[in-house]
Amino acid sequence: MSGEPPRASAEDLALVAAIRAGDERAFMMLVERHQPQMLRIAAMYVATRAIAEDVVQDAWLGVLRGLDGFAGRSSLRTWIFRILVNTAKTRGRRERRSVPFSSVWTPGGDEEPAVDPDRFQSEGDRWPHQWATPPESWEGVPEEHLLSKETLARIGEAIDALPPNQREVIRLRDLHGWSSAEVRNALDISETNQRVLLHRARSKVRRALESYLGEGAST
Amino acid sequence: MISPADMDCRELVELITDYLEDALPAPERARLEAHLELCDGCTIYLEQMRTAIRLAGKLTEDQIPQEGKDGLLRVFREWKSEA
Repeated sequence: MSGEPPRASAEDLALVAAIRAGDERAFMMLVERHQPQMLRIAAMYVATRAIAEDVVQDAWLGVLRGLDGFAGRSSLRTWIFRILVNTAKTRGRRERRSVPFSSVWTPGGDEEPAVDPDRFQSEGDRWPHQWATPPESWEGVPEEHLLSKETLARIGEAIDALPPNQREVIRLRDLHGWSSAEVRNALDISETNQRVLLHRARSKVRRALESYLGEGAST
Repeated sequence: MISPADMDCRELVELITDYLEDALPAPERARLEAHLELCDGCTIYLEQMRTAIRLAGKLTEDQIPQEGKDGLLRVFREWKSEA
């Protein structure tokens, strides 16, 4: 869904007020919520894990110093990640990282299709490009199996195996439940790039899930 | 009956995210929905996509190691002493 990014929530504003008043627990709550994801994003702009950790720490300091100016025109997390990305870019530039930042969120060109082409009928068949081997419904799969540790672990592995830009977009959208507008805003990427990255990521996760649930059916 | 205006399954699976993101122009959306009405395979594909998205939402985030928290507590205290 496109549209305007959400403004700060009442919870966001309450957190900001508490932190400005010096509430350590409120700050650490925010840290717990965002730190791991911030580290992942920072790592895309700099060469080492140690530098990424440094960047995240600098970003938090930037957040604290900027709190007085937080007007709530975006969600708090969008604002925090925006500071993070800017901090990471500045640091990456100083390190003279060779990869240009414009390409960090650009989808690569040579991507495989969402579904194995062998699953569709070919030109000589009766219905070219329609399913030859259609997917099977998961309606009969018990919810406990879908939500089991094993199934979720497979999904986690599929996400971890993605190229970093696809991986972080699907994490923000589907793990953390950010809206498309928030992600575009926080990472400063185009709507199209975000959608292409999300599409590739989700298509691969679906494939992994299909292959895992299929294994179960045949044994 | 298949006409060139109809969407085929191979095309649909590549448009599924645009559809779910509500980013398809109206005529494309209509073509896709017309295809879904007639195609069980693609209807199941769409359901699978929705299930995959829902299950990804059940994954949990990594935990921060204690030294990371200690470092940020220091940052916070420094900032407080600045003010």
